[in-house]
Amino acid sequence: MGARRPIIVTENLTKQYGQVTAVKNLNLEIYEGEIFGLLGPNGAGKTTTILMLLGLTEPTAGRALVAGLDPTRNPLAVKRIVGYLPDNVGFYDDLTARENLLYTARLNRLPREEGQRRVEAALEQVGLGAHADRRVREFSRGMRQRLGIADIIVKDPRIIILDEPTLGIDPEGIRELLGLISRFSREEGKTILISSHLLHQVQQVCDRVGIFVNGSLLAAGPIESLGRQIMAGKPLEIELQVEPLFGEVLSLLASLEGVEKVEKQGPYIRLRCAKGKDIRPRLTGLLAERGISLLHLRARGYDLDDIYLEYFQGEGRI
Amino acid sequence: MTGWRRKLQQLASWCREAFRGSGGLKVIVAKELADHFSSTRMSILFSLVAAACLSALYVGALTIRETVGEQDTAYVFLRLFTTGGSSLPSFISFMSFLGPLLGLALGFDAINGEYHRRTLGRLLSQPIYRDDVINGKFLAGIIVLATMIVALGLLVAGLGLVMIGVPPRGEELARMLLYLLVTLVYVSFWLSASLFFSLLFRQTATSALAGVATWLFFAIFEPMLAGIVADGLFPAPEDAPAVQQLRNAVVRQNLSRLSPTVLYDEATVTLLNPGVRTLGPVMVQQLSGAIPGFLPLGQSLLLIWPHVVGLLAMTMLIFALAYYFFMHQEIRTS
Repeated sequence: MGARRPIIVTENLTKQYGQVTAVKNLNLEIYEGEIFGLLGPNGAGKTTTILMLLGLTEPTAGRALVAGLDPTRNPLAVKRIVGYLPDNVGFYDDLTARENLLYTARLNRLPREEGQRRVEAALEQVGLGAHADRRVREFSRGMRQRLGIADIIVKDPRIIILDEPTLGIDPEGIRELLGLISRFSREEGKTILISSHLLHQVQQVCDRVGIFVNGSLLAAGPIESLGRQIMAGKPLEIELQVEPLFGEVLSLLASLEGVEKVEKQGPYIRLRCAKGKDIRPRLTGLLAERGISLLHLRARGYDLDDIYLEYFQGEGRI
Repeated sequence: MTGWRRKLQQLASWCREAFRGSGGLKVIVAKELADHFSSTRMSILFSLVAAACLSALYVGALTIRETVGEQDTAYVFLRLFTTGGSSLPSFISFMSFLGPLLGLALGFDAINGEYHRRTLGRLLSQPIYRDDVINGKFLAGIIVLATMIVALGLLVAGLGLVMIGVPPRGEELARMLLYLLVTLVYVSFWLSASLFFSLLFRQTATSALAGVATWLFFAIFEPMLAGIVADGLFPAPEDAPAVQQLRNAVVRQNLSRLSPTVLYDEATVTLLNPGVRTLGPVMVQQLSGAIPGFLPLGQSLLLIWPHVVGLLAMTMLIFALAYYFFMHQEIRTS
């Protein structure tokens, strides 16, 4: 990525609602041109963080900088360069898709012709060209979401913030949406911040993710390094499937040096190694000697699902 | 030398940035106007008020034609607005009763409707100032109300002209236009009240009900309440001394003037009926030797000046409250 410079920075950003602390001392850096996934369960403070980045909510303490601007002091300048797709985006139901987007264009003070041109292009880009003159009240959830993306395209911002963009749309819609999002990043160099609690979907497109629980950022980085970060100091767990599977296999595996525990879970066998040991290099040879073929082998803790679970089960103690 | 010059330039650019506005206000007003004018709600309301007012005009004009020989003909044109029949009240009583409904209907879902449709977050993330939204909605509401009131007033004036055939004099026209202006202020009060309720309550039905409740309270119950309080403070039975009775009347009137409806009624009656010379209680001694006659426009205005100022102040106050709430409200949708 070359010389990367952060475009969104938060310094000890904190937000309290009465007694409740929604965001606690958040220190985050998001680099220009990357896709950053802010992951966390509902109520973790993701939306609050986003509102503070947009200057729509004032931080209780600390500050945020978006492209070097403080959103609290200079909200207009920030809002000019940031496009925001709120969680469960809404439109004016009585207006058509085109009218809704033209309103956005006017609010952004685009000249009339330029606005119309961009609206047409945006509608085409998200595949709503044929529905431009239909009232939004007739739109499905997925179409609304796409219209929300078109809304951002019209604005053409440097930074795009998407709050739970995949919520409530079908898998095909999600695939299209994520395709659009990664295209923005790859082709147009936009910085994108996605907040979500659905990791699978977001995992595919994010360059880096941050795990956000109870108002604190627990870890941030590329997904692989997050796995290492979390699994460091933890015993390795291996999940495998072999054929033929007979009782002896279990005892054979249990007798291996460095194996602490063996248990059978449906078609899978789970091995827990002793701390600091990894039996994987020896495993295949051993099995092959006995004429047992290996169908599936996976070290747990190296994809987002496990990371996520680990964090949530640990209630952020890690 | 260059130091202070640069500082001056910075100050100038800061001022430009601070006072230039975002241009969002104009866009929002235009959009709200389009919404109002094309909405079914607006056409229903306008038809209702127009039907009421036109029938009042018709009955009023008939009454005037019957009685015009018996009374003197001064200010016949203005009597179009104040004369009712046996079956229907006058134009001004209809306006005083239905006007609030216009204001309430325009504003009761102004802000919570945006929450409800989940458009507020998207709207506020555009490069506009936050107050552009509430200012724009208020301004658009006032423009719609002004259009409707002026249209109605001129319609009635024109039709009345045809029906009674007496052209208005300059003063009568001026009085009518002032009446429309005061009506606009009054209806704007209800618009700002409904905007305020739309901020206070998240459900549009609740805010609509709150608006209607306030309207009924001020139109009907507040004057009654004023009477009860006055009787309690200064009981004035039949045989009470005059001072006591006067006190009772003054307290009752001043308390009832806390209601914008009462203020509006007093102001419009004075404006449209030059024969009204005073609004407070009058002693018999004060009347003896007085020559009945009409007040010139300037004197009528003087009489109702406090009323108009009061109405304006109430409108401003409620709008300021709404503004404050809006600027400090969290925009989280859930």
